[in-house]
Amino acid sequence: MFELLWTIPALPLTSFVVLACFGSRLSKAASALLGVGSVGISAAVTLLIGFEFLGAPPASGAYSQTLWNWIAVGNLQPAVTLYLDALSLLMTFVITFVGFLIHLYASEYMAGDADFARFFASMNLFVASMLMLVLADNLLLLYLGWEGVGLCSYLLIGFWYTDPANARAAVKAFLVTRIGDTAMAIGLFLLFAKLGTLQIQPLMAEAASQWPEGSGWAIAAAALLLGGAVGKSAQLPLQTWLPDAMAGPTPVSALIHAATMVTAGVYLIARTHVLFGLAPQVEVAVAAIGALTLLLAGLSALVQSDIKRVLAYSTISQIGYMFLALGVGAWQAAMFHFMTHAFFKALLFLAAGAVIVSLHHEQNIFKMGGLRKLLPVTFWTFLIGAASLAGIPFITAGFYSKDWILAQAWTSHTGGPWFWFAGLFGAFLTAAYSFRLIFIVFFGEAKTHVHHHPGRRMTWPLVVLAALAIVSGFVEMPETLGHVAAFSHFLGSALPPSHHPEAGVEAMLIGIAIAAALLGLAVAYFLYLRNPEKVDAISKAPLAASVHRLWLSGWGFDRLYHMMFVAPVLWVAEINKNDIIDQIYRFTAWLHRLVHQFLRTTQSGQLRWYAAGIGVGTVIVAGVVIFG
Amino acid sequence: MIPTEHGLMLAAVLFVIGLAGVIVRRNLLFVLMSIEIMLNAAGLAFIVAGARWAQPDGQVMFLFILVTAAAEVAVGLALLLLLHRRFKTLDTAAASTMRG
Amino acid sequence: MILLWLILILLLGGLLAWSLERRIPNASRYVSLIALGLDAVLVTQLWGKLNGPLVAPGAMPGIWIEQIRLPWIPRFGISLHLAIDGVSLLLATLTILLGILSVGASWTEIKQRTGFFHFNLLWVLAGILGVFLALDLFLFYFFWEMMLIPMYLLIIIWGHENRVYAGFKFFLFTQAGGLLMLLSILGLYFLHGQSTGVYTFDYLDLLGTPLASQTATWLMLGFFIAFAVKLPMVPFHPWLPAAHTEAPTAGSVILAGLLLKTGGYGILRFVLPLFPDASRAFAPVAMTLAAVGILYGAILAFAQTDLKKLVAYSSVSHLGFVLLGLFAGNELALQGAVLQMICHGVSTGALFILVGGLYERIHTRDMERMGGLWQAAPKMSAVTLYFTMASLGLPGLGNFVGEFLVLLGAYQVSVGITVAATIGLIGATIYSLRMMLRAFHGANSYDLPFADLNRREWVILGVLMIAILWLGVYPQPVIDTAAPVIERLTAAG
Repeated sequence: MFELLWTIPALPLTSFVVLACFGSRLSKAASALLGVGSVGISAAVTLLIGFEFLGAPPASGAYSQTLWNWIAVGNLQPAVTLYLDALSLLMTFVITFVGFLIHLYASEYMAGDADFARFFASMNLFVASMLMLVLADNLLLLYLGWEGVGLCSYLLIGFWYTDPANARAAVKAFLVTRIGDTAMAIGLFLLFAKLGTLQIQPLMAEAASQWPEGSGWAIAAAALLLGGAVGKSAQLPLQTWLPDAMAGPTPVSALIHAATMVTAGVYLIARTHVLFGLAPQVEVAVAAIGALTLLLAGLSALVQSDIKRVLAYSTISQIGYMFLALGVGAWQAAMFHFMTHAFFKALLFLAAGAVIVSLHHEQNIFKMGGLRKLLPVTFWTFLIGAASLAGIPFITAGFYSKDWILAQAWTSHTGGPWFWFAGLFGAFLTAAYSFRLIFIVFFGEAKTHVHHHPGRRMTWPLVVLAALAIVSGFVEMPETLGHVAAFSHFLGSALPPSHHPEAGVEAMLIGIAIAAALLGLAVAYFLYLRNPEKVDAISKAPLAASVHRLWLSGWGFDRLYHMMFVAPVLWVAEINKNDIIDQIYRFTAWLHRLVHQFLRTTQSGQLRWYAAGIGVGTVIVAGVVIFG
Repeated sequence: MIPTEHGLMLAAVLFVIGLAGVIVRRNLLFVLMSIEIMLNAAGLAFIVAGARWAQPDGQVMFLFILVTAAAEVAVGLALLLLLHRRFKTLDTAAASTMRG
Repeated sequence: MILLWLILILLLGGLLAWSLERRIPNASRYVSLIALGLDAVLVTQLWGKLNGPLVAPGAMPGIWIEQIRLPWIPRFGISLHLAIDGVSLLLATLTILLGILSVGASWTEIKQRTGFFHFNLLWVLAGILGVFLALDLFLFYFFWEMMLIPMYLLIIIWGHENRVYAGFKFFLFTQAGGLLMLLSILGLYFLHGQSTGVYTFDYLDLLGTPLASQTATWLMLGFFIAFAVKLPMVPFHPWLPAAHTEAPTAGSVILAGLLLKTGGYGILRFVLPLFPDASRAFAPVAMTLAAVGILYGAILAFAQTDLKKLVAYSSVSHLGFVLLGLFAGNELALQGAVLQMICHGVSTGALFILVGGLYERIHTRDMERMGGLWQAAPKMSAVTLYFTMASLGLPGLGNFVGEFLVLLGAYQVSVGITVAATIGLIGATIYSLRMMLRAFHGANSYDLPFADLNRREWVILGVLMIAILWLGVYPQPVIDTAAPVIERLTAAG
């Protein structure tokens, strides 16, 4: 079965080509069939390959398939080679499977849009690029996928381009991530210059053998790669693009800006974990970025009024958890949280999309309310998603993945109580904003009418994802609770294991985490369901009001960046609009013209002037000769 | 005997008068007459110089100038007549068609 | 003989097109197409010979695919010496391809004096081909000047509003550079003659002329400035935006796609091999100027509201990568520079064709007056997006491979310059996306029905789209073709 690996990215890519070339001539049904079907078959192939991988794994733990030689100059020999190990298999599975569900959902969600074919073309190109990213065997091919998903993100955020605000959000997303990508590109130059290859596995082996732990080159290379990861995964300081990216259609937010693309940074770090292991300082930076991001984004999520922006900040915050895990060396925990997050966050976005479309594209949560009875399927699935996000104990997947990260943050040698505490406070915030959303949107009085009930192609993905948001947690349970290690066993061939804390400590940590989550739930209950007027009263206080504004604007990063970077560039561009160098040439031309003007006045054509000239000249010459 | 300086001074004054006439007057007839004055000023200078060193060369040169002046007047008057016929004026500025 | 015919066919075709102008107005277009088609056949033959036995003229054996050497003015050691190696073959192919497409692009644009237009077009192309093929410095200079005058005429006769100014500027800059080169050529000629007793203009004989380092630097600078003006390198670039903006579409395509490449080619063919030590000593300066050009061009492109000017300044930025790669001097960077030259020719040529098509439809190039073009013409907009992405260096399309190789190679020479140049990629993103945002996104502001791409334009752009994609995912044939030349260059250095 492994030989079919190439079809996984090839199928969506083919569908993209067909839709891009002939999309305008295809009917909507045909476009949907192509768009959804191609990803569906990819998912099926992934499942087949996955079963074989589980049943009879390749001897070295990885299977690679070379398609063709891309570039060969000197010792730069990147081939288009797909590399399948446990890590990329996990990513591929999530991308194709969640991608398929979201495509299916979108076929109904987008049914009324005139540019149906363009939508599916972009989505398919995204899936293909994302698959190239995770299956790439060398960093250059990874970079191809990396930029490809950025392009698709740009295309899809700006899908409704007639509103300039959407188009601008798209540009912002592309640009901010490109800044990170540039750092990453320089990282690639450095790695190639020092280690002479870009193929990931030999590169890692070479790095481990040439660079001692803490070597300057390793730190520089890891820091530059981190730049790329931070941009793509919307972490501090390049997180500003993600909330604006919600301008895209909701399935796009679910697929690209929640489940897959934004976790590419997590994947990159996990993929090059050997390099990061050699640079402990960068590891600490990763953890610190993660911890800080998860707190700032969590607080921002608490005050948003747009349902999609709440989820966007929540995504930033949850990826912060993954970075925290990566930073403390808990690679497997990060990937576990990636998987559960992909399920429950995609679920939340899709359910939110169902709400939005039912209410005629209303996104303000304060205009919703009481939807529990009106949209039961949406409510229950959203509730499961939110519970999983909040880490409601024992039954939800989010509980197990977040708990693993917290335990690791406590015990790991690069971690410590501070990182643990940040994660814990984040867990409290997560529960608070998740249930704030539930209480405001689904409880209380109904404020609007439901125009439209989601059909089967929208509800089925919700149900499947809801099921996954629960059961996917049971593949890895801590020692004190059930002790299942299927996930870590599976990833063990690709990522180093993480150490579990002692049973007593572990039980205590779990207890505290549960308490934090429940406390968050309780706070949300009291503030947003029982006494909503209290929130209003608090937010009227002057200090609270300015804090509210700060959180609402995402800590004012947009304004800061505008002042620091955008405005100076605009200023320089404006003053240099006419090209100063050109002005210098124009000045010399002007000078010549001036001299010319002066000299030509002497050529008047008047004989008398010439005579006078001769006379004056003679006098001068005679004067010079006689007196000189 | 008249000192050489006086004779040369007179020649210079006459020359400058002629030059001023060439520059200032617009009427071509006066320009021609001014040129005559300048030529004669040069001739006078030769005569004075010839007298100073008691040589015949000065007078020979004066005869040359006389002939040249006569030829110049002949050509100049012919041109002047043509000009008058064509432009109905003797103003030099009117004939200045070569101005670029 | 093939090489001579390549040029002669274009020259004769041009004369024929001109002479038919009065009698059969439209014939000149077909004459041009047929002439270029014949050339395309000849080039295909040369590609066939690529893997055959190589000819070995003189000092640089093993890289020449075909050559011809006829005496011209033997008294001064001038001969009609044409030869083709991998790099010239690639550029000659690009010349013919863009030539055919620019005839197609001006099919409906040029309505006046079509015969004379095509005469000039073909003669420019002949001059460019001559530059790529000449191996005699006198002949090279001859072709160098020959491509100048028809281009000048193309700009000042068929250009836009400000065409005379632009034409003069173009002429003055390139002519000034050309004269410096002539001085250097003559200097080299006499120095070689004095030291060996053989007075010759032949490139292969002049290679390895022993020169004092001071003299070599001055002679090298003469060549370098001529090529740097053409490339164009900051601060010799101001002719380019003016000329590109005012030229007719075909003129812009040939300017950006081919004429600029003669600068890069000149450095590769003459500056680096003739003055290896001097150019190595000069490399830090040239690389710094290249990085400055990359950033400066990007900032200027960002400030423009005229679409053609924007694309023109983006050329300044992109050609900075070529200069960077050429002077970084290792195999990676040189391969990247060659690829970048070809990819830039394709992608920028396409962008100029698109902007020209847009101008034919809405009669403005001012972005302030555009907006929502996507709704009016989705296909045209999608194709523009495609080439915009190519030009900002999206992996999978050709320009990425060129830029990445250049940067990868340059990094090994100078980290600081490479980092600065890489930041230019962000600049490219900014101005490209701003163009898409201003002109193509937003609400449709055109009430009138707006013709999307027609079949002729589809064919032209389709060829370019496939070419740039092919260069992006499988550039190996190009790399292999250029490899022997570059290996020789790096081995000598």
